[in-house]
Amino acid sequence: MKEEYCVALFHSTSLALRGEKLCRGEAIAVKLIPVPRHLSSDCGVCLRFPSAHEERVRALFEGKSLEFDSIVRL
Amino acid sequence: MIYLDNSATSFPKPSAVLEAMARFTNEYGANPGRSGHCLSVDAGRIMYEAREALAALFNQRDPLRVLFAANATGGLNQALLGLLRSGDRVVTSGMEHNSVMRPLRALEAEGVRVVVAPGASDGTLDPDDLRGLLSERTSMVVVNHGSNVNGCLQSIREIGGAAREAGALFLVDAAQTAGCVDIDMERDNIDLLAFTGHKALYGPQGTGGLVVGERVPIERMRPLVYGGTGSRSEFETQPDFIPDRFESGTPNTIGIAGLLEGVRFVRETGIAAIRRHEDELAAGICRGLSTIDGVRLFAGPEGRRLSTVSFTCDRLAPSEFGLRLDEEFDILCRVGLHCAPAAHTTIGSFPEGTVRLSAGFFTTQEDIVSAVKAIRTLAKNGESS
Repeated sequence: MKEEYCVALFHSTSLALRGEKLCRGEAIAVKLIPVPRHLSSDCGVCLRFPSAHEERVRALFEGKSLEFDSIVRL
Repeated sequence: MIYLDNSATSFPKPSAVLEAMARFTNEYGANPGRSGHCLSVDAGRIMYEAREALAALFNQRDPLRVLFAANATGGLNQALLGLLRSGDRVVTSGMEHNSVMRPLRALEAEGVRVVVAPGASDGTLDPDDLRGLLSERTSMVVVNHGSNVNGCLQSIREIGGAAREAGALFLVDAAQTAGCVDIDMERDNIDLLAFTGHKALYGPQGTGGLVVGERVPIERMRPLVYGGTGSRSEFETQPDFIPDRFESGTPNTIGIAGLLEGVRFVRETGIAAIRRHEDELAAGICRGLSTIDGVRLFAGPEGRRLSTVSFTCDRLAPSEFGLRLDEEFDILCRVGLHCAPAAHTTIGSFPEGTVRLSAGFFTTQEDIVSAVKAIRTLAKNGESS
């Protein structure tokens, strides 16, 4: 079965990089990818991770006060 | 060759700095925060890591509050021109570099009131004297942490405390001190810290910036440059968040990759160890020069000085002295006014200027002994050869 992914969207690359670091610290497999066109016309990056970790990632960002735009399923 | 011009630019650099810059060029030299492919992300990551390293060095919790610019001048201009408006009052010291005085004089012409607290002839500013100048409503206090002319260090914690009591923002010019003096933005009451990468942080030229504390109203700080940031590209207005609001256009990523290694070098060596070595060098220079007839020494008080010291000689003009140190002894230093006419006026060496010797972490006591010997020779026989 194909793995399902979420992406976390941020206002800036710097915030996405901080998100990446936080997730890696928790051993969550993340990858920075270009923001899919259907989500935003922005030219930045977003953080992709397996959907199974959605709530964990959300709680992690909120716990660490990392400002993010949204987390959406791909 | 003996290089004693570290206050202008440190030389040599740790080899890791050059290696990191080569690695960036050869392995991932893409545009950070723009394209989203793996190399672009790697380039962005270097920028982020450099912000983290600098934030940790200066004890600023949020690495995104580290703004990059081309040098300390860029950081100082961003703070001064970005925040001060007609009708504002700013208080500064008598030891400032033109990177502060020129933007301030330009702002003065637009209605900002500039007040200079002159300080003592050794360059030090008494925090109580400053307090006396802060009874009127003041927007900002800006002070050069360490002089590029005589190396004197200011008591920034007390000065910052006075600024805070008066409700003024405190801007510190750390061009000479970032990397060789312990700076803690929280403890030292610093709101804005301008730093350069190519001096005591041992990075390449073209790096530096401004660290912006939590008390600074970012929404009121006007960017000096507008343009593409790789974020919020659907809007034609500048993003309102930090650092993007203040960092338009492709940054000096190769330089920042080098700077990151410079900062790592400083943190691994330890600022206390760097201070200790440079203190000993300063003592060696001062001790040596004070025994030479006809030489007048300009240095900060003991325990409150950098390894940057100036002198004049009654037999030879500074420019002539510097040229002969270079040509006859292979000793490289800087002469003249060091872009700081205000500081030279305060210490009493304006307009002739001085010969400045600035040692760095890679300078040895043997270098200092040789330099003092050469200066003694020139001071004695200056006119004859």
